Order: sequence, then C-alpha cells, then structure tokens
Amino acid sequence: MARTVYMKLQNHTGYFDILILLHVAVIAVGMGSVYYMEHFGHIVTGMSNQIVWGTPHVFAIFLIIAASGALNVASISSVFSKYGYKPYARLSGLLALSLLAGGLAVLVLDLGRPDRLMVAMTKYNFKSIFAWNIYLYSGFMVIVLAYLFTMMAKKMDKYTKIAGYAAFAWRLILTTGTGSIFGFLMAREAYDSALLAPLFIASSFVYGLAFTVLVLITVCHTSQRSMMNEDMVRNFRGLLIIFMAAVLYFTAIFHLTNMYSAEHAGVEWFILASGNVYSLIFWIGQILIGSVIPMAMLAWPKIGGKRQTLSIASVLMLIGGIAQVYVILIGGQAYPMVLFPGMEVTSSFQDGMVGTYTPSLPEIALGVSGISIAMLLSGFIMRVMPFLPRGDRMG
Amino acid sequence: MSKFSLKDAYIDKARRDFLKKAGAGVATTVLGAGITLMAYPDPAAARKPDEPVDASKRWGLLIDANKCKEDCNACVTACSQENGWKLDGDPRHDSQWIRKLTIKNPQGGFTQSFPVMCQHCTNPPCTDVCPTGASFKRADGIVLVDKHICIGCRYCMMACPYKARSFIHQPLEDQKPHAPRGKGTVEACTLCVHRVDRGDQPACVERCSKDGNGALIFGDLNDPNSEISKQIATYPTRQIRADLGVDPGVRYKNL
Repeated sequence: MARTVYMKLQNHTGYFDILILLHVAVIAVGMGSVYYMEHFGHIVTGMSNQIVWGTPHVFAIFLIIAASGALNVASISSVFSKYGYKPYARLSGLLALSLLAGGLAVLVLDLGRPDRLMVAMTKYNFKSIFAWNIYLYSGFMVIVLAYLFTMMAKKMDKYTKIAGYAAFAWRLILTTGTGSIFGFLMAREAYDSALLAPLFIASSFVYGLAFTVLVLITVCHTSQRSMMNEDMVRNFRGLLIIFMAAVLYFTAIFHLTNMYSAEHAGVEWFILASGNVYSLIFWIGQILIGSVIPMAMLAWPKIGGKRQTLSIASVLMLIGGIAQVYVILIGGQAYPMVLFPGMEVTSSFQDGMVGTYTPSLPEIALGVSGISIAMLLSGFIMRVMPFLPRGDRMG
Repeated sequence: MSKFSLKDAYIDKARRDFLKKAGAGVATTVLGAGITLMAYPDPAAARKPDEPVDASKRWGLLIDANKCKEDCNACVTACSQENGWKLDGDPRHDSQWIRKLTIKNPQGGFTQSFPVMCQHCTNPPCTDVCPTGASFKRADGIVLVDKHICIGCRYCMMACPYKARSFIHQPLEDQKPHAPRGKGTVEACTLCVHRVDRGDQPACVERCSKDGNGALIFGDLNDPNSEISKQIATYPTRQIRADLGVDPGVRYKNL
C-alpha cells in the first residue's frame, strides 16, 4: 500500500482567509457577549430560574458530543483496521481536540462565575458526574494528543494501535458521561433515563462524522487538492446513513419507553404532540430537516454519491443535531417540574407553568463562537503542522 | 426470614452511627471510686461558635397545611426581610428562597396553600451533582451553598426536585452580613442557619406563630421529646415526592 504523505494547509485560496476572518469576527462578538453577560449578569439572557441552561449549553453539549464523534475516522482506521480511513486519522484527532476545546470554552464562559475556573479545577466533589466529566475531558485531550503523537512522530507508529484503542474506549466513556449529566437527573421528567447515554453516543457518531466530512471538503476546496477518492465519498455516505439510523432508533426507543409509562405521558405529549415550539423543533428540525431529508438525499442513487450531496447532508445533520440537543435541553426544562402528581399547582415562582425561553443574541453569539473557536483552532494547526493527506492537485 | 435489602442495611448502619454519636454526646467523667459525673447536652442550648456541628441533631420543619391560609404570606415576608432577597415583579429571575404554593385537585377543586422551600434532604441531589462541593449538607441536616466556591454552573438547580434554588441574575446591593449573596451564584433557604446556631428559630417559623396561623414547627427530628417529633409520632405527615427517596427534613401535615 502506498505510504500517505502529509502536508500543511498551504497554497490555499482566498476562501480560506475569508473563513478565518469570519471565525475571528464571530469569536470577537462571542467574547464581547461574554463580557456583556458577566457585567450585567444573566438577566440579559433568556435564561431564568426555570430554564437554567440555555443556548450556550446547547452549543457546548453539541460540540462536546461532536468532539468524541470526530474521532470516528481515526478509530475506524486504528481499531477496525480499515486503512482507507488512515489518511484522515490525523485530521480526525485534531477535530476531536478542537471541537472539545470549543465546547468547553462555551461551557466555562457561561458560568455565573467564570473567574472561579481555578476553583472548578482544584475542588472536586467526586460524587458529581460533572466533576467526573472534568476528568473525562482532560483525559480525552491527553489520550488524543498521545494518539496524534504516535501517528506523527518518527518510529512511534507501532504504538498507534494501542493509543487508538485507548482513545476509542475513552471517547465512549466520555459521551456516556455527557449523556449521564442528564440521565442522572431524577428530578426532571424529561431526563432520568439511562438511554440518554447510548443516544448521545449514536448522536456523536453523526455530528462528529458530519464535521469531519465538511472540514475535509472545505480543505479540499481551499487547497485545490483532491484528498477524498470516490471510495471514501461512498464510505462516508454509507456511514452517515447508518449512524443517523442509530440515532433515530435510540430516539424512538427513548420516547416509546417514556410513553409506555403513564408517569411520563405528560412530558412526552409536551415534547412530541403539543404543537409548541419544542414539538416543531423536534419534528421539523431534528426529524425532517436533520434526519429524513439528509438520509433520503444520501440514499438516493442519482445524487447520493456526489460530494455536494455529502456536504449538504452533513450541514443538515448538524442543524438537526442542534435541534436535537435544543429539544432535550430546553424542552426538558420548560416542562414544569412535578411536585404534586395529579394536582394543579400555582405559585409566584412559576410552579406548574411551562417555562418560557427566548434565546438572546449574546447567548447565540457565545454558542456559535464555540464552533468558530473549534474551526479557527483546526485551521491554524492545519496551517502550521502536517495534518492533511497530500492528495492530487485538482483542475 | 425477613428479606435482606440494601436500603435496610444502609438505614441500619445510619442508625448505628447515630447511636454511636449520640452515646459520645453523653460526656462521662469518673471522679472517684463509685462516683461518676454524667453531663447530658442540653438539646435547647445554642451551639458555641467554635463548636462543630454534629449529627446528634437533625433539624426539620413541620408545616400544617390546614392551618396555613392562602391569603397569608407572613413566612415569605419574614424570610425576605431576614435574608435580604426581594421580589421585583420578575418571577423568571427573582430569587425566592420560600414561596407559597397552591395546589388544586382537578376533581372537585379542593385547594390548599402552604410554603415550599429547600427541603433540606438527607440525600440531597443538589450536593450530589455539585462539581466543586459548594452545595453541601451540614451534619445537622441543613443544606447550604458555600458562596466562596460556587462557580454558578446551575447543575444543582437542574437536579433539585423541589425547584427550591434560585440563581442570582444581576448585581446586588445591601446584603445582610449573615446572608451573603452574590451575582452569578446559586442560593436557597438556609433554614436561617445563623439563627439556629444561636439557638433561635428560623424567621419564617417565628413570624408564622406571631403574625400568621402557627402553621410551622421547627425542631430536632432526632429528639423524640421535641414538639416536631411528637407531632410526627402522633399525626399522619408526609414529605413532598417521598417516592424519590431523598428524605426531606421538611414534613407536611394535613396535606
């Protein structure tokens, strides 16, 4: 088999510079929003005492899920020995790290006291799944860095397989941890399910691969090199369909399990059938735009094998992913907490009421800046280190 | 043979631990042959500032939903005045350490009104999830937030089954020295820990007996001679969402 030659992102077109500038601008607006939110307090956001986690958390969790999934391509090559994926393994590891960095940045910058980050890093409550996640995230960074080192350093490739196995196991545990942030919450009707962990793992496969495919297509475009042959286009197409089918499967099982139990019928009706904004985002955002349309596009023989189709389907799946996390996170909190089952409850604290939430601009800016942080970081590192397969010059 | 359960084993251990500590609470001094001086701690006495809290006490509240009237807000006003939080007409963002809840049975429309605050659980989900340990439970059962290490992640608010916690959404002024509060951190009922530690009752209980309907009783759930324990031993009482197994220290009568 021909040895892959790697290169830095060089001789790029102006398109790359425009993208970099765009991400810098988004990050600048995001950081301005952080300052604004920290100065005036969270009163300037849409979040409240009922919807305590808002749009920044949607993006943060979406990116953290995507980070573990971005490692798919590297895992397929190292763990499952499909060597066609190997040329993209470095990029896959890099994206995993940058997406995680983007997600964590948003999570930290939305804290009520981001200045106390050092407290979060030095004081641990080991019973907290959140504290476990701090270890899972930093461990993931270390393992993926080591994995990349074995791929890139001379004579270290004999350790790539073992590092690949470690990273694969760690990423599954990491996403289990992310799902369990919600799965362990018995207080809220919409969560409290062990199924959230495998659902998040399946979702990570989709989001991570969609990000990888989009970045790969973008760097092909901007470097004017063909890094993906037709076989790989076909592989990515098949994987996206299968991974999305897995997400739909776990989504269906999650809701069916809840519907079967009368206790959860109320929240299921609220999310799936009440016609509110969350039902619309679920059915139109996640299911139609994010799942059915991209799957149909990819499965359609005439257009499914085209790179454009792959790009559009990936974008739609990512939009669907944000919709999915939005419904789980915000919809789950909007449903009133049940203190007295079967009773009508009212109070000055909005007990018994559906929580209202409108994302504010600063929140959206902070959330989107997480994606930009991830992309800027990847772009910069690709520019200075050999992360990309050389490929053939196009045109 | 009775069936073994993990929960029973856990409860037995907790009982044994309690008895050990209760035994240790009786100071014994042998003064000489045949003369032993035994000093029993006074359950009503205030804790000295340098004295650690111990588990011999389990502070709790009993709320009589029949006595509590819908038009009375004395407990809420007292708490607000005592701890320096206030309602500014923004129910989405205002902190509410205690609130009056009205429940109505849709079948027939029977209505009751009573206060709900931090339930000071034996197994508080808020302390379980708090990443830094800022949410903690004192040995005497009072659940608090350490304002110095709360990072404002709000995971405790996601986890609390009683919606008892508030996030401070904007800068604050005129705080009470005994109830420090700060923008970007989470807060909740402290059971007026500053008053309890000096031997007083929580402000809500005091005000309810003075200006309200005497619906609130505060006391030591571990002391069988306390009024609260006697009431619980005599009348049917319940905890909100007892099914969750968090064992709140706040009990309700006639609910």
